[in-house]
Amino acid sequence: MPQEKVIVSGLFKIFGPNPDRAFKLIDAGKEKDAIFKETGLTVGVQDAEFSINAGEIFVVMGLSGSGKSTLVRMLNRLIEPTAGTVLIDGEDVTAMAPNHLRELRRHSMSMVFQSFALMPHLTVVQNAAFGLEISGINKAERQKRALDALDQVGLKDWARSYPRELSGGMQQRVGLARALAQDPSIMLMDEAFSALDPLIRSEMQDELLKLQDQHERTVVFISHDLHEAMRIGDRIAIMEGGRIVQVGTPDDILNNPADRYVSSFFRGVDPTTVFSVGDVARKSQLTLRWHKGEGFPTAALEQMRQEDRDYAYVLNRHQKFLGVVSSDTLDEAIERNERNLDGALLDNIEPVSAETPLQEILSEVRKYECPVPVINDEGQYMGVISKRTFLRTLEHGAQ
Amino acid sequence: MLSSKAFDDYIIPLEQWIEGGVSWLVENFRPQFQAIKWPVEVTLNGIDSLLQMIPPILFLIVLGIIAWRAAGWKVALFGILTLTLVGFLGLWEDTMTTLAMVICAVVFCVIVGIPLGIYASRSNRFESMLRPVLDAMQTTPAFVYLVPVVMLFSIGTVAGVIATIIFAMPPIIRLTNLGIRQVQADVVEASEAFGATKSQILWKVQFPLALPTIMAGLNQTMMLSLSMVVIAALIGAGGLGVPVFEGLNSLRVGLAGIGGISIVLLAMVLDRITQALGTSKHLERNESS
Ligand SMILES: Nc1ncnc2c1ncn2[C@@H]1O[C@H](COP(=O)(O)OP(=O)(O)OP(=O)(O)O)[C@@H](O)[C@H]1O
Ligand SMILES: [Mg+2]
Repeated sequence: MPQEKVIVSGLFKIFGPNPDRAFKLIDAGKEKDAIFKETGLTVGVQDAEFSINAGEIFVVMGLSGSGKSTLVRMLNRLIEPTAGTVLIDGEDVTAMAPNHLRELRRHSMSMVFQSFALMPHLTVVQNAAFGLEISGINKAERQKRALDALDQVGLKDWARSYPRELSGGMQQRVGLARALAQDPSIMLMDEAFSALDPLIRSEMQDELLKLQDQHERTVVFISHDLHEAMRIGDRIAIMEGGRIVQVGTPDDILNNPADRYVSSFFRGVDPTTVFSVGDVARKSQLTLRWHKGEGFPTAALEQMRQEDRDYAYVLNRHQKFLGVVSSDTLDEAIERNERNLDGALLDNIEPVSAETPLQEILSEVRKYECPVPVINDEGQYMGVISKRTFLRTLEHGAQ
Repeated sequence: MLSSKAFDDYIIPLEQWIEGGVSWLVENFRPQFQAIKWPVEVTLNGIDSLLQMIPPILFLIVLGIIAWRAAGWKVALFGILTLTLVGFLGLWEDTMTTLAMVICAVVFCVIVGIPLGIYASRSNRFESMLRPVLDAMQTTPAFVYLVPVVMLFSIGTVAGVIATIIFAMPPIIRLTNLGIRQVQADVVEASEAFGATKSQILWKVQFPLALPTIMAGLNQTMMLSLSMVVIAALIGAGGLGVPVFEGLNSLRVGLAGIGGISIVLLAMVLDRITQALGTSKHLERNESS
């Protein structure tokens, strides 16, 4: 049983004076738009009920205006909840006295913003040390911890620059370092990567996953991007009009969307039910022919280097799929002086049949480090499905 | 004919009311007003005697260094040459008195105006109450201040400085308020998210980021004080207003002329220096350090 770090129950935010008027209408089953028309009150978040496990990346997804930012800001009370409770490590945040709440913000939760929100008048290292300065830590120590945090995001050399001299991606790394320097157990990230262009964005996602490997934190990550949610989320909550309509693992949400709104994130029709694996498999990977020839691992490695590949798919004379090798396993095989590829094959890679519906291979796509190999009835290699192909198909259908 | 008589039946006795009000203040609160005078007097005398005491050469060197640090060598050279010229016009002492009055007025404008501006930036109610007052202060002709000031503080240089303080205060209040309100909401939110208290947010984030705007306010306040300090000669204040005023009274156009020229030159030097403090230079220096 995973430990529950954050427990949210009955959480509401109504914007505007006399929110009681809205509660009556909510009880009467009225929707956000109707309530706004009648009373001028905006329902930001309506009756949120969920918990977040320690160490997981919890993604909140939803369209613009669905209440994601409001929800996450109620966790550290940047926005004051209208009703409900937020328990963090068993303590009710909504009932905390102001100084207690500040301590929580200083030591346990830090936040990363879509707009970066760096201080333009401070250097990179001063920015990274900002939270530490606020909590009254002495200069020597905060300098050390800030440089440490900058090192973690690869920006140590830029410590003395000013934010405006950095690219967007680098600025957000500073934002990340500022949050990490606090060594928080919870990180709140409000569309932290949305302002970055796609390449930098996936780089930052990898960075986050890497940081998560080194030190498991509880991350609440807001996103409106399916790719991002699938890539980094352990669990995903989907919001619509202030309500949380579904919480689940990526597999759950993909396979059993709670309603049409949820499935509309996959552009209306769910292509995974329409396409089979064989429809989208591509022969984009390097293949090697298995034989007993001497020095074969060395030759294989050389070929992979030349084509700049990390993986190669090993087939026999009849195109039958035998396994996958990586440059790392080949290196090891060479060290062990092996003469064929048997010892270099990756464990746990099972090919999937071309007839399998696409939706059923999500767990393989997520789990395998390399693209998933696809075979036909005779066991012959048909190509692969990479994470990228898989997600693109979800969004756009097969080309 | 008929129309000019139309108002004869009834005239609102506002004139009497104001008279009564100010007299009442004078009768009942004279000690309090004298008490307000005291810190201004002490500060003014201190600055004035310092400026009168130091040799002009030393003053020019110090001025040059300040101008150079704040605004670069061109402004420094300009300042030194200009004030040397003023010295050779025979108005050095008057210029120093005027400068002392301006510095004193600006010091009090800063001490009173910046806290008011900060408070206005945090309270919409206070801001909306303050706004008409500042509007009135800025549009009231400078001369109108002089009468109540004379009644409450009598005549002389100190009274002149007090009139100047009131007259020159609005820009620094306005621009402090504006500067703080213009600080990006997201950096304020970020500070809050990292557990900053209100005063930490003010002094570590809002104030430093508002500083260029506040400096622009300081510049305007300084220019307004310079213009008022001259007018204050009408109520017996010393300084560069005196030759202008005397020249006007006795129709000595040359005397008024050199007084006027000195005021303009002093204004230009002060303007260049304080403007440079407010704009990019300040930030650039921050950056390269
Ligand atoms: N301070 C406020 N006053 C009034 N209404 C607000 C306020 N802040 C947010 N809202 C409203 O609450 C709802 C939820 O807003 P929120 O910012 O949480 O949405 P979001 O899901 O983060 O959207 P986005 O993707 O655009 O950031 C919206 O209808 C918004 O207009
Ligand atoms: Mg948002």
